[in-house]
Amino acid sequence: MAHIPDGVLSPPVLIGGWAVAAIGVGLALRRLDESRIARTAILSAAFFTVSLLMIPLGPTSVHLLLSALMGLSIGIAAIPAVMVALALQMLLFGVGGLTTLGINTVNIALPGVLIGLLAGPWISRLSVPQAMLAGGLAAAGAVALTAGGVVLALLLSHSAYSVSAQVLGITYVPLLLAEALVTAFAVGFLKRVKPEVFPAGLPRPLAAE
Amino acid sequence: MSITTVTTDSESPRFRLEALDPRTRVLSATALVIAVVALNSPAALCLALAGALALAAAAHRSLAGLGRRLLHIEGFLLVLLVLLPLTTPGTPLIAVGPLAASSEGLMLALTLALRIAVCVTAVFALLGSLDPVRLGAALGRLGLPARLVQLLLFVSRYSTIFRTEARRLVEAMRARGFTGRPGLHSLRSYGNLAGMLLVRALERAERVDAAMRCRGFSGRLPLSESGGWGRGDALFGAAVAGAALLLLAADRLA
Repeated sequence: MAHIPDGVLSPPVLIGGWAVAAIGVGLALRRLDESRIARTAILSAAFFTVSLLMIPLGPTSVHLLLSALMGLSIGIAAIPAVMVALALQMLLFGVGGLTTLGINTVNIALPGVLIGLLAGPWISRLSVPQAMLAGGLAAAGAVALTAGGVVLALLLSHSAYSVSAQVLGITYVPLLLAEALVTAFAVGFLKRVKPEVFPAGLPRPLAAE
Repeated sequence: MSITTVTTDSESPRFRLEALDPRTRVLSATALVIAVVALNSPAALCLALAGALALAAAAHRSLAGLGRRLLHIEGFLLVLLVLLPLTTPGTPLIAVGPLAASSEGLMLALTLALRIAVCVTAVFALLGSLDPVRLGAALGRLGLPARLVQLLLFVSRYSTIFRTEARRLVEAMRARGFTGRPGLHSLRSYGNLAGMLLVRALERAERVDAAMRCRGFSGRLPLSESGGWGRGDALFGAAVAGAALLLLAADRLA
């Protein structure tokens, strides 16, 4: 859904995407020392796997982005995790692109990280139903921001994209609903079974036990 | 077909992609895609497509696999390709009721489709058969941060494990009567499935982390070595650079 291929966007947008992605990756890697790398990477692999599942929804099916859940559980490390997942998807399935890897990473990961920063400190304190609600809202917000990012990238690239970009924004509604509900249920499950997935206090990538 | 030889004529007839250093493949794919993204004329893009197809053929990549990748159109791309002719102002070409497709819009959609196709073909030809482990090693030797490379290696390794685990979980759900019919129950089941996979991932991560510490992991993983730059790499790199410059020149002239 948010995998913009090579050849659609204009060079300034591509370069801007890479710049933001590079800053995000740099910040995240600084915090990712050798005691955290295995945990973060293995959780990232699990997120990548779930995002490859086809979730049936009405007459169609969608792939989830799970960015809010990533932001809530691994924090800013979601940025390099998403970049790596996108690179693998391009290599293995040919979706997405090389030049768009930066902007796609920003569009998918940044909303999750920002929302994780906002909602993270709450999730660990709330009761299960409240946390489910917060998780669902966080996921809906993250998908809305991702859709906004994709639309903005198109609008900034070419004036001819303006109508198509607005129509595109609407196509994100089914994904937003599926993402919100699945995330809410996943948060509920994790709160009951393994609450330490959501680090308490300030969101650092997987606070040590 | 004279132009199609631009990307391939410098190689010996026994051109083998696998003989190249993976770094050459990564750099060549990047250079080609960057050049193609800058192209605007349909003629130059057609040349580029012919060259990319020749490259895929020379690399002995399966054409069926390429066809699948080209036909796999993201939903949003479909919206773009259908709406561009209808919404771009210009000379109407075909009119169906209130909708009119302008020739300018059709041209825009055509160049867009061509650009995407060339990039997909080039990436498929050069990187499609590259194993993630070799890609990681190549990126590390090209100077990418070691932790980013480790992340790539870990994710590619463990996502294959979690894929079998997810398949097992879905099978178990099916055995208990899960049909995957759209609805709230289905979404709840997928939410639990995602949660379960994360729980198992966290538990596995603790075991892996302990095992790595016990072997003295200090933040570095040795990258698999694979030869070095050779004469073939130089020739291939020069051919790719020549092809990229030629395409950019053709784009200016067209």
